[in-house]
Amino acid sequence: MSTRHDPGGQNPRRSTVNRLSADDVTLAYDQRVIAEQLSVEIPDNSFTVIVGPNACGKSTLLRALSRMLKPARGRVLLDGQVIQSMPAKKVARTLGLLPQSSIAPEGITVGDLVGRGRYPHQGVLRQWSAEDERVVQEAMAQTGVAELAERHVDELSGGQRQRVWIAMALAQQTPLLLLDEPTTYLDIQHQIDVLDLCAELHEEQGRTLVAVLHDLNHAARYATHLIALRGGRVVAQGAPDDIVTAELVQEVFGLRCQVIEDPETGTPLVVPAARAARARAAHPRVGATEAS
Amino acid sequence: MKTTRTQRGLGETQAPHVARTSRTAPPARTARAVRTPGGLSLRLDVRLLTVVVLLVLAALAASVVLIGTGDFPIPASDVLKTLVGQGDRGQEFIVRELRLPRVLVGLLVGACLGLGGALFQSVSRNPLGSPDVLGLSQGATAGALVVIVLISGGATAVTLGALVGGLVTGLAIYLLAWKQGVHGYRLVLVGIGVNAVVTAVNGYLITKADFVDAARAVVWMTGSLNGRDWSQVWPLLALCAVLLPLVLGNARGLRMLEMGDDTAYALGVRVERVRLLMMASGVLLTAAATAAAGPVAFVALTSPQLARRLTGSPGPNLVPSLCMGAALLVTADWASQRAFGADQLPVGVVTGVLGGGYLLWLLVTERRKGRI
Repeated sequence: MSTRHDPGGQNPRRSTVNRLSADDVTLAYDQRVIAEQLSVEIPDNSFTVIVGPNACGKSTLLRALSRMLKPARGRVLLDGQVIQSMPAKKVARTLGLLPQSSIAPEGITVGDLVGRGRYPHQGVLRQWSAEDERVVQEAMAQTGVAELAERHVDELSGGQRQRVWIAMALAQQTPLLLLDEPTTYLDIQHQIDVLDLCAELHEEQGRTLVAVLHDLNHAARYATHLIALRGGRVVAQGAPDDIVTAELVQEVFGLRCQVIEDPETGTPLVVPAARAARARAAHPRVGATEAS
Repeated sequence: MKTTRTQRGLGETQAPHVARTSRTAPPARTARAVRTPGGLSLRLDVRLLTVVVLLVLAALAASVVLIGTGDFPIPASDVLKTLVGQGDRGQEFIVRELRLPRVLVGLLVGACLGLGGALFQSVSRNPLGSPDVLGLSQGATAGALVVIVLISGGATAVTLGALVGGLVTGLAIYLLAWKQGVHGYRLVLVGIGVNAVVTAVNGYLITKADFVDAARAVVWMTGSLNGRDWSQVWPLLALCAVLLPLVLGNARGLRMLEMGDDTAYALGVRVERVRLLMMASGVLLTAAATAAAGPVAFVALTSPQLARRLTGSPGPNLVPSLCMGAALLVTADWASQRAFGADQLPVGVVTGVLGGGYLLWLLVTERRKGRI
């Protein structure tokens, strides 16, 4: 069931061990346990997408992978080290995170905000090097916000603002980038826009991306590696082509559907069954699958 | 190993883009820096620097005028001469022993309040999250009142009482507001609650007091610089000398914190450590300032906001707020001595009137922006 998808494939130091993994972790807020004995590997150079129904623990898993949530048991490993034991700035130079909600300080300009992504590379005596300048300009050019550099962040549209935050994460220059629902609150063209940008970052620069997404069809289209969670357990993981089936959708989301081939990309496309068909639970023929 | 590969890839693919954009759009205003060949680079914000210089000059000018003000007026030129040791003996005594320490206490108290206010407003991400709104000043007052009313202690004891009261209140607010880390709104709400409780305690203490103690307490509670001398200057100066490098050394982390805990975490800031350090410093600064001059109203609330509007720069604006606080307090002290004729109107009354008006304006405009 689980196929390792590794498009880059070149990792001379470790051919079998991935840079980021969760090893037998139990995740809990206070006493509320979200996931137990969960193990996840993020394949190097993959665009991994975590999907699952609400409250399945996908954002919690992402928080654990980015060391914002300390596992109650088990450990998250980054480059073979327990992530909590590493110096904060060192982690921040390897692994970036775009959280679900960030606050743009009042009156901040785009250029200034993106520049803040350089924090882990800076110090009291190295506050704004030529390298910082260059990387920030690059990050803004890459995300298409260079012309907005002088504008105030609070006067931008939602789509532009998300690009700015992504630019900030890019300026951090991390080989691994985690995104927590980067498309939420965006309308459809901006959702695609952000996902295209992610695909670009993954394909052209070989960054490892991990994103939590709500839309299963977006996940199937853009991910190279998919992790399906339900109730804090991994139900399936692998390339979308291999794992997205009507049975899986039924098992993970409890939704009857057809899985057909996306006419644009050939990736699996989930089409929920019509209301009438779902009501006729006795007729199993609705679950026909094509993509697998 | 991987990092360098990625970085090189970045440079190669993006070089043409950069060339193109740098022609169309100039680099952002904030990205100015001084760099040396040794790899040293310091951010340079010209407008912020200008504001700081102007505020320092304003504070110093107001100080000179203030030193010259009183029952025995001294022209500014004579004040300057006396300060560098060229004045006559009578003026020397008045300036050095009577008025200079008072002005220095004013400058230091203003600076402490301005900086403390900037720290708290930044940590709470709210202009209302300032020490005087959160009950820290009231807490210090409670400490002082306990000493005045219950044990009729002397000036030193009152100062110590105020210091302890401020620190205990700060600790209580932190502990009550702590829930998986301290969050802005929670901090403000808890602080307002604490403020209400402590204010009630203070009211009770006043009613308990006999007439003489009550009069003394009320004067103390208004905030005044009357009769301050060198013994108040040194402790404040020492505290600033210790805290200022500590706070400024961590100011970059505080800037990152303004974008939310998650973002700051992702950037490698040790969120809770920076926040605790900044809050502790803010509490100490406010408590010390209150212990020295009483609860001078609204300087902590207004200084950071005024400073920010002048610099036009996001971020905590720590140094501009500090300078603004010093300039404001000395100017208010001058106004209270001069403009109202008598020399008995305490400075807290002036800052209260100005600051209260400002608070109203802030509430109205923030409401229009839909933030409150």
